[in-house]
Amino acid sequence: MTRVVVVGAGHGGVATAQALRAAGSTAHVTLVSAEDEPPYERPPLSKDVLLGKASMDSVRLRAAGWYDDNGVDLLLGTRVAAIDREARAVHLDGGAPLPYDALVLATGGRPRPLPCPGSGLAGVCSLLTSEHCRDLRSRLAGARDVVIVGAGFIGLEVASAAVALGLRPVVLELVDRVLARGAAAEVSRAVASYHLSRGVDLRLGTGVRQLLGTEERVTGVVTSTGEVLPADLVLVGVGSSPNDGLAAEAGLHCQDGVVVDAGLRTTDPRISAIGDCARFPLGHGLVRLESVQNAVDQGKHVAARLAGTVRADAPYLAVPWFWSNQGGLRFQAVGVAEGSDHEVVRGDPEAGRFSVFRFRRDRLVCVDSVNDAAGHRTGRRLLANRAHPTLDQVADPSVDLRTVGRAPG
Amino acid sequence: MPRIVYVLPDGTRREVDAAAGTSVMKNAVLNDVPGITAECGGSLMCATCHVYVDPADAGRFPPRADDEEEMLEVTEAEVRETSRLSCQLTVDDTLDGITVHVPEEDA
Repeated sequence: MTRVVVVGAGHGGVATAQALRAAGSTAHVTLVSAEDEPPYERPPLSKDVLLGKASMDSVRLRAAGWYDDNGVDLLLGTRVAAIDREARAVHLDGGAPLPYDALVLATGGRPRPLPCPGSGLAGVCSLLTSEHCRDLRSRLAGARDVVIVGAGFIGLEVASAAVALGLRPVVLELVDRVLARGAAAEVSRAVASYHLSRGVDLRLGTGVRQLLGTEERVTGVVTSTGEVLPADLVLVGVGSSPNDGLAAEAGLHCQDGVVVDAGLRTTDPRISAIGDCARFPLGHGLVRLESVQNAVDQGKHVAARLAGTVRADAPYLAVPWFWSNQGGLRFQAVGVAEGSDHEVVRGDPEAGRFSVFRFRRDRLVCVDSVNDAAGHRTGRRLLANRAHPTLDQVADPSVDLRTVGRAPG
Repeated sequence: MPRIVYVLPDGTRREVDAAAGTSVMKNAVLNDVPGITAECGGSLMCATCHVYVDPADAGRFPPRADDEEEMLEVTEAEVRETSRLSCQLTVDDTLDGITVHVPEEDA
């Protein structure tokens, strides 16, 4: 019997196990998780779970009995110490080697720390795991002065939660707009004005020089402009690094992520990598994406390959999409914005409901939507069908983009 | 424990014991009911948890909110009067035996 070992039980790891069984695979499946918490959804950690509106038990990825019922060995609180590629086994911390025929790395990422003095003080939080969420929630409950470093998705979602709890957080962002890494400039403007209207103290073009503390607890933030902000809670949301150490130590090619081919195989064909930890070919280069959709769809792809329901050389082709809920604001994106050189806005940015169609060399590559589900859906359909609306078609509000067909070639 | 009945497009019935306070979507996902993919996990972002509430059970759930209404406009399957996004349907003991139909196109 084939033995499949999946390292990491986040969205991607669990999707792999689930898709193997859905495809009728009888492989022996072991799901190894360093966390003690049974597998859970991550998006609610910065929203309903953080606000105490939902319990961890309500955000489980699978029913408690699912793993047993489906013959999936779930090893919680278990770290993988090393991969022995020659013996085709993973070494667990303090356990016997676990042999595999196929190994799937779904190890995710870890929050990047602030590279400045004081970043280790108590009250300086990150948000990625349930443990982080518990810590942040209890600290938010007693907090007065909240400073959030980084106006990315995590930073702004936590800012929304803080506002909902009656706090007035300061958000510091090093560059001159929010969501600078992924969103169109028009989106950044709309999102910034939404948060300002809700009472968030947003400081663009402002970094952090140092965190101050007394008795090992954070008490303030010195900004790059020299201002000292009082702080009893600092949330750091400046991105994450891939957990690719295990792969690198095993001699697999890594480059800010485990590098995989179009079929999501590492340089060792028995080992695949998926989700936040994987760098895979997309569009005109290699990318690493941090999203639920990417982790789940890549897990499904690898499972289908292992179960033999897609050809061994089938490429992974899902169009990436992403969403973020920030209070009453709904952001959705589909496609890959990297390298885009032209933008066309449809809808009404003033009214806070619009989509930005982003082009690269006259080809639609990405659609960002703010409170515009229909625009998002249109974008998903166009990109999934490889339809190529022209700039003029998108710019003309009278053109129904759903009718734009597939371009030749 | 309220029971939820999912009727698949081929007529198969799947019965699930749900915890009170959980959604029709969540119970489908937890129990591998096909056709309710719920890509966004219940954030009203994806419209992939579309179901038709059985006509016999019409009116047992609170009506659609505005944002659900908006997302229903973008479902793949035909929208009917009984259409709901199942992430917005919370069950409790008074809803025992509630029956929903999974649309063809989503399955």
